[in-house]
Amino acid sequence: MKETENFNIKSGIAAAPGLTIARAYIFSKEKEVVNDSFIVDPDEAIRDLEEALEKSRKELEKVLAVTIDILGKNRGLIFEAQIMILDDPFLIGNIKKRIAEEKRNPEFTVDTEFSKYQKIMARSEQPYMKERILDIEDIKNRIIKNIRKKKWVSRLSNDIIVISEFLTPADTVLFLKNNVQGYVTNSGGLTSHAAILARSLNIPAVVGLHNATTIIKNDDLIILDGSHGQVIINPDQNTLEKYNKKITRLQAYGEDLKKLRDEPAITLDGRHVKLMANLDLNKEFHFITENGAEGIGLVRTEQIFQGDDTFPGEEVQTAAYRKLAEMTYPNRVIIRAFDVGGDKMLPVDLKEPNPFLGWRGIRFLLDNPGLLKTQTRAVLRAAVFSNIYFMIPMVSSFREIIAFKSIVNECENELRNEGKEFYEGIKLGIMIEVPSAAVMAKEFAAEVNFVSIGTNDLIQYLLAVDRGNDIISDQYQEFHPSVVRSLAHIIKEAKSNEQSFVSICGEMAADPLAVPLLVGLGLDSLSVSASAIPNIKKIIRSLKYSETIELASKCLECKREKEIRDEMRRFFMEKFPDIFEELFST
Amino acid sequence: MVTKEVAIINDAGLHTRPAATIVRLAAGFKSNFMIYKDGLSINGKSIIGVMTLAAAKGSSLTLEFDGIDENEAMTTIIGYFERGFDEL
Repeated sequence: MKETENFNIKSGIAAAPGLTIARAYIFSKEKEVVNDSFIVDPDEAIRDLEEALEKSRKELEKVLAVTIDILGKNRGLIFEAQIMILDDPFLIGNIKKRIAEEKRNPEFTVDTEFSKYQKIMARSEQPYMKERILDIEDIKNRIIKNIRKKKWVSRLSNDIIVISEFLTPADTVLFLKNNVQGYVTNSGGLTSHAAILARSLNIPAVVGLHNATTIIKNDDLIILDGSHGQVIINPDQNTLEKYNKKITRLQAYGEDLKKLRDEPAITLDGRHVKLMANLDLNKEFHFITENGAEGIGLVRTEQIFQGDDTFPGEEVQTAAYRKLAEMTYPNRVIIRAFDVGGDKMLPVDLKEPNPFLGWRGIRFLLDNPGLLKTQTRAVLRAAVFSNIYFMIPMVSSFREIIAFKSIVNECENELRNEGKEFYEGIKLGIMIEVPSAAVMAKEFAAEVNFVSIGTNDLIQYLLAVDRGNDIISDQYQEFHPSVVRSLAHIIKEAKSNEQSFVSICGEMAADPLAVPLLVGLGLDSLSVSASAIPNIKKIIRSLKYSETIELASKCLECKREKEIRDEMRRFFMEKFPDIFEELFST
Repeated sequence: MVTKEVAIINDAGLHTRPAATIVRLAAGFKSNFMIYKDGLSINGKSIIGVMTLAAAKGSSLTLEFDGIDENEAMTTIIGYFERGFDEL
């Protein structure tokens, strides 16, 4: 991570956006130290143990309730299992028996008894066992802490920024009742538990700050900029004033934007660009409505079921998709089939030399037809409101589209024969995120009803740049002329089939500066994270489509990324200096 | 006492949800219930024990029931294994 000149400004990974100022609370994840001292009164020790188990149960029931409420039943499973452990007759029976016989202190007995199981788990090669050992560690430490009657959380003040080495799901949820303002962790990436939860809870977070727990002290004043991955420790008065003003300004601007919630994203000269939201977690749904999205442009199904350690069955999926369709009706919901592989966890422990060029997306699905069929049947059955659209990721050849369509056909026939209710006219689509699909956009799009351009992958494949690779990450240029020209090509070619609907999903679409260009290229829809919608809506409603077309044709002439960025910036500053001021001034 | 060998047939193997379900099912019977795999013997009424078993698809375990309702317990729990933990 880069270190800026200023000694008290630290940069990490921007894991969840937002700006906040609060006091630090160092959440120590030190292992509870236990000794093997003898006790005099085993009966009293067993009573202490029972009280601790009861207290742990109450805590976990709270955590479970909050988790189910916020994140859904699947993610609660691990806490249900932890509660069952507190009731485990064999485990708890053994612990009590040993306390009575060996007369060692209860913390020691709990620690050694639980560790037996952790040691067996550590011998396993199953990848999920590592996570499970941590879960067991979590419940073990909770019991030991409670035996020692440490009521550390209840002593906490509210409105804190939690600083920790790492955070488990239980920790992350636990601090909600202290109205946690932000999270900072030493380790973890964008896909760590803390990062995913923080994003879905709309709490700013910076992760991967390596030494956060040593450089930050309890009660230090922290400015946490989750949008830029920055943490400022004990800022001087000037900095503090600057950021306070920025927060006030962002709030006022946010309030202002809220007024547009129920308005469509239409340009001044009448071009309607559907502004939809991406959905990673079911919990995010209310943000989608609050922010005034016109439907869901991308449901990352591999994410919404991620709390499970397995792919969900047909009934579970049908219920989940139907609920989404019902809540979004009459707007559309675009469901993307499971996209595993690349940087997304495969359900099997497979090491590929080149995962981004490997077994991912539709390739994986077609090799696991059972999985794809279960999902397709669920989508068809959920689509009874007729607002569900279904698309497949990582398409690179014509054969894959045909194979997918025949699977959909097969599922329709099965459901018909089984007499199950489903929607006959489902709209099918493909993601265009591989250069081969971009080149073939016309023929590919003719086979389906809509296409969605996934810019994150398209850019890295087109430029052959892995943006996770620090050495070359500056060459990951979102506005490389070849990217802009590819977009123009895809849109033009796909739209030569009259009925085609072309949308874009990817971080590029959430960049306010890029919006005029993307509109000018002729996209029908942009799909972005819900929090980006109000801003983009305001921009679209202030644009003239005719002017964005001019901007697009200028950008299509450029040879360098910088020229394109300059064009976009100039356009933005000329057309709406006020928005520019709000968004880009520091 | 009755014993029977069962295979894991669902894709995800014996993960947290089926582990919890097995223990809940077993709690409904009076009989003792043991699971044997790779030299480990696990009390089937112990959630932490069952969670310790790393049983991937294709592996097999031996179940042993002992008590007054051993046959009913076996039928119920074997049935759950044979249905692939209701995940097929």
